[in-house]
Amino acid sequence: MTFHITIDGRPVPVAPGQTIGAALHAAGVRSWRSTRFGGRPRGLFCGIGVCFDCLISVNGRAPERACLTEAEPGDEVTTS
Amino acid sequence: MIYDLVVVGGGPAGVAGALTAALAGLRVALADSSARLGGQYFRHVADPEPAPGLDRFLRQARALEARADVLPRHQVWNISREPDGDLLVRCENHTGEPVTLRTRRLLIATGAHDRPLPFPGWDLPGVLTAGGAQALLKGNGVVAGRRIVVSGTGPFLLPVATGLAGAGARVLGVFEANGGLGLARHPLMALGKAAEAAGYAAGLARHRVPYHTRQAVIAAHGEHEVEAVTLARLDKAWNVLATRVVECDTVAAGYGFVPQIELGTQLGCGTRHDVDGSPVLVVDAEQRTTVPGVWAAGEPTGVGGWRLSELEGRIAGRSMTGPVPEILARRRERWRAFGAALQRAYPVQPGWQGWLRDDTLVCRCEEVPLARVRQARRLGATDARSIKLLARPGMGWCQGRICGYAVSCLAGELPQPPRRPIAQPVTLGALASLDASLNEGTL
Repeated sequence: MTFHITIDGRPVPVAPGQTIGAALHAAGVRSWRSTRFGGRPRGLFCGIGVCFDCLISVNGRAPERACLTEAEPGDEVTTS
Repeated sequence: MIYDLVVVGGGPAGVAGALTAALAGLRVALADSSARLGGQYFRHVADPEPAPGLDRFLRQARALEARADVLPRHQVWNISREPDGDLLVRCENHTGEPVTLRTRRLLIATGAHDRPLPFPGWDLPGVLTAGGAQALLKGNGVVAGRRIVVSGTGPFLLPVATGLAGAGARVLGVFEANGGLGLARHPLMALGKAAEAAGYAAGLARHRVPYHTRQAVIAAHGEHEVEAVTLARLDKAWNVLATRVVECDTVAAGYGFVPQIELGTQLGCGTRHDVDGSPVLVVDAEQRTTVPGVWAAGEPTGVGGWRLSELEGRIAGRSMTGPVPEILARRRERWRAFGAALQRAYPVQPGWQGWLRDDTLVCRCEEVPLARVRQARRLGATDARSIKLLARPGMGWCQGRICGYAVSCLAGELPQPPRRPIAQPVTLGALASLDASLNEGTL
């Protein structure tokens, strides 16, 4: 049932149907990018695709909203 | 392929409207950004626990899937009118491919999102909107944290707190900035929803979650994520009377909702200010907007809960093929009165502006602190739009959805209807495809 994705090479467990943001948050990874000016840590905030705080790069693609992107087995995400 | 109706939004309003129209024989498509129908209220995991309202919704959703084209994970970013009167609904699917739907009629059922207020530290990881904490739980089965403070205003805080506590979190309290009367005199009681209020009260009591009125989180503290919050006792206008610091790892905060109306304003639909000042779409007795062929249902016409949304959806769907039964209209008026009464019972009071410091970010995307907003005012910006042009709040990724309300308050004006020709960020490729799709007409 449960599968894994990796964040910067580290495995994170995922229950089927979970978003990447939910899986990271559940694993205690609560921030995965820094802001442009202040370098402030950011992760989930609105959780429904409105705020764009949770942007993350999946498998080298352009950043997308972690709260909307369903995790697929083997997904590799990177912090920025 | 030309649809008789395209519905945008797969919550209670959109599904009810789409199903009603499909049952009347219309060719219907429904586009929604999520992987599963439900919207925010009926958001659910793949195999949800039974719940009364949810069971009914899921039956409607299954019936709809058998009779209409349901397009999950489709983000609608623009709608325009063709010379022949048809509407083109432009979406992007989850792989980033453009999808264009041509339709005779449109139903805008795009719901609402949380209305957050800024406070010092609100951008620390671990501070979530109340709806965000709810979405994690209902859509993903993830409890947002271990020690959670729920704060803000409005009845939505109650299901969020009981849900989190029921899932095993230690909820340190519900801190309701309004209402000096407590749960026993909660406005839900006065509005004939005693059973619902009693259910929440029992849920909070079972998990020993205290309910505090005239209190709120006014600051979050921590290095890399939230480690503690400052809780304040407030006067009626939300000025701070006294404070204490409490350790926690998560905050779920919400101050009402912002109806999502930009698809309507793109098409030129008329707007009005709702009881709480939110811009909403003007609709007639049959849920028609001021633009021919365009209906709206649910929160974009005014926040009033899922029952009102479903009714409005049904009324919209019925009116497309015939008369609307009087009983539906009467029930809608009752729920509208209920929604308006809740908005009056849970206003946002001006004292929150005193919680902010000069360096508190007002706009999270562009990292605009309060000091820069004040500077813009001193430079002569007297409305939110001028402040945006001078200091950049609302210019970032979220396009002011998160900070727009706060900036309007700081400017001293009611929030204005959004002007967003593109409702979702899209690739330049999708924009470039506009020409092609205009020539080809449809998908």
